Amino acid sequence: MTPSRRPVRPLRMLLHAFLALVALGWVLPLALAVYASLRPYEETARLGYFSLPEHLTLDYYGQAWSQAELPHYYLNTLIIVVPGLLITLLLASFTAFAIARLRIPGRKALLIVFTAGNLLPPQVLITPLYTLYTLVPLPAWLSDSQSLYDSYLGLILIHVAFQFGFCVFVMANYMRTIPEEITEAALVDGASVWKRYWRLTLPLCRPVLAALSTLQFTWMYNDFLWALVLMSSGDKLPVTSALNNLRGQFFTDYNLLAAGSMLVALPTLVVFQLLHKQFVAGLTLGSTKG
Amino acid sequence: MAAKTRRYSARDVTVLVIGLGVAIVVNVGLIWGPTLASVGLSATGWNGIGPIEWVGARNYHDLAAEYPPFWSAVRNNLLWLAFLGLVATPFGLFCAVLLDRRLRLSRVYQSALYMPVVLSLAVVGFIAQLVYSHDYGVLNAVTGLGVDWLGDSSINIWVVMVAAGWRHVGYVMIIYLAGLKAVDPALKEAAAIDGAGERQTFFRVVFPTLRPVNVIVLVITVIEALRAFDIVYAINKGRNGLELLSVLVTENIVGEASRIGFGSAIAVILLVISLGFIVTYLSQLFKEER
Repeated sequence: MTPSRRPVRPLRMLLHAFLALVALGWVLPLALAVYASLRPYEETARLGYFSLPEHLTLDYYGQAWSQAELPHYYLNTLIIVVPGLLITLLLASFTAFAIARLRIPGRKALLIVFTAGNLLPPQVLITPLYTLYTLVPLPAWLSDSQSLYDSYLGLILIHVAFQFGFCVFVMANYMRTIPEEITEAALVDGASVWKRYWRLTLPLCRPVLAALSTLQFTWMYNDFLWALVLMSSGDKLPVTSALNNLRGQFFTDYNLLAAGSMLVALPTLVVFQLLHKQFVAGLTLGSTKG
Repeated sequence: MAAKTRRYSARDVTVLVIGLGVAIVVNVGLIWGPTLASVGLSATGWNGIGPIEWVGARNYHDLAAEYPPFWSAVRNNLLWLAFLGLVATPFGLFCAVLLDRRLRLSRVYQSALYMPVVLSLAVVGFIAQLVYSHDYGVLNAVTGLGVDWLGDSSINIWVVMVAAGWRHVGYVMIIYLAGLKAVDPALKEAAAIDGAGERQTFFRVVFPTLRPVNVIVLVITVIEALRAFDIVYAINKGRNGLELLSVLVTENIVGEASRIGFGSAIAVILLVISLGFIVTYLSQLFKEER
């Protein structure tokens, strides 16, 4: 073991040096944004962003927090993402269960149609969707715009519809790997479809549900396009769009914008750090077949 | 066996019809319905209000002949695809191969590389501004150049693609890393015993077994290239050299001029390209499953 290992050492050093350099290069842009957010505007305007600091301050974070009314927009995002996530997972897990576990006629065609729907670029359908949304009336208690356009419900629905296909695909693959005997025993006992789904299958899907929640939270949180096209009232926009409030009409303080961006990115970065494993599992479950 | 062919009770059927019914209605109503409507509307001169008038292929003709942004968008989308496919994706694969070995700090390198994946593209677009800004951006400060990276329409697409690639590399790397982990180590050992070098082992033995992963990565790359939107929109709303097909579609809805028919024609072109890849991918996926 040892004699064959020696000569490899320098190569290993090179490998580490290369990877460390790449990793550093990858973190640098984000580190730069953090650094910029800590420095006063007049200083970076004078010295540029690539300079040693004279003053470091957290003031911009407070300013971005209040000036962009971030708490309000975080709440908007939650109003959209939490129901969106729950409905997507519920609907997708039931559909996946029916496709993977029951002998439904046309189940394969369904799976293909759902999966393909998730792969379409959103712009392919956004124009008619926009028109459709303006035409669907909603009662005033559900949406103050009185239509699906410019309503939270509209955004929740499109997130559900768009992410649904991916979740069905991943969960159907996963459910196929659960041994059939478990539900077969229940079949003999005469358990209903709902019971087999809710009581017997879903609890076994915890890992895939955790992975998909992590991933879907990030995707729905990061959405920019749907809100841009399907919302018009500025005060109902999700937090990713709120950054524009920090751009002045004639003058933009980029350090303030940097602080705002970091605050917007923070939840996904925290989720990523805490649920690293689930996040990666969610991405790879879709790509390697269960 | 008798249990398997057992008829579902009335309650089971109700649960199934409701569950799958909702799924199908949402999917058809919000995804496939609008997609087909795009095709229909692309042959009309509708402006969102008033009567819908049939114009046949005129939108497509106008698009190709009298709308200069269209061709720059096509060019940019192709460039985007080429850059992701020929630079970012191979680099992601390369990093995955390097990281797929017992390596101290491997987790740290991995985290750094795929951190950008969780960032919203709107935030990525903003970070790009900090780096590339003409007056005080870091790139000019470090290199001593005075290039207007984002304002010069002949080069801005390239630097924006680098920012998009920043994110794409991590994504591709995660997927390949999972694929590489699934490769039977005995294969590599056998190749090593036969005297194959590391490079040979990879290209002759490992890479061919990654075929399913390659297909997925190819599809992701194509779809990402067609979906590209947020990052250019966050930088300059996709004008002045940063035109993309997705931006042109969106412009025709959120812009002042609401040209539904014309925007739909661009969407249909996106649809045709993406469907080509989606169909190839899915037919392969479901063929293997049989």
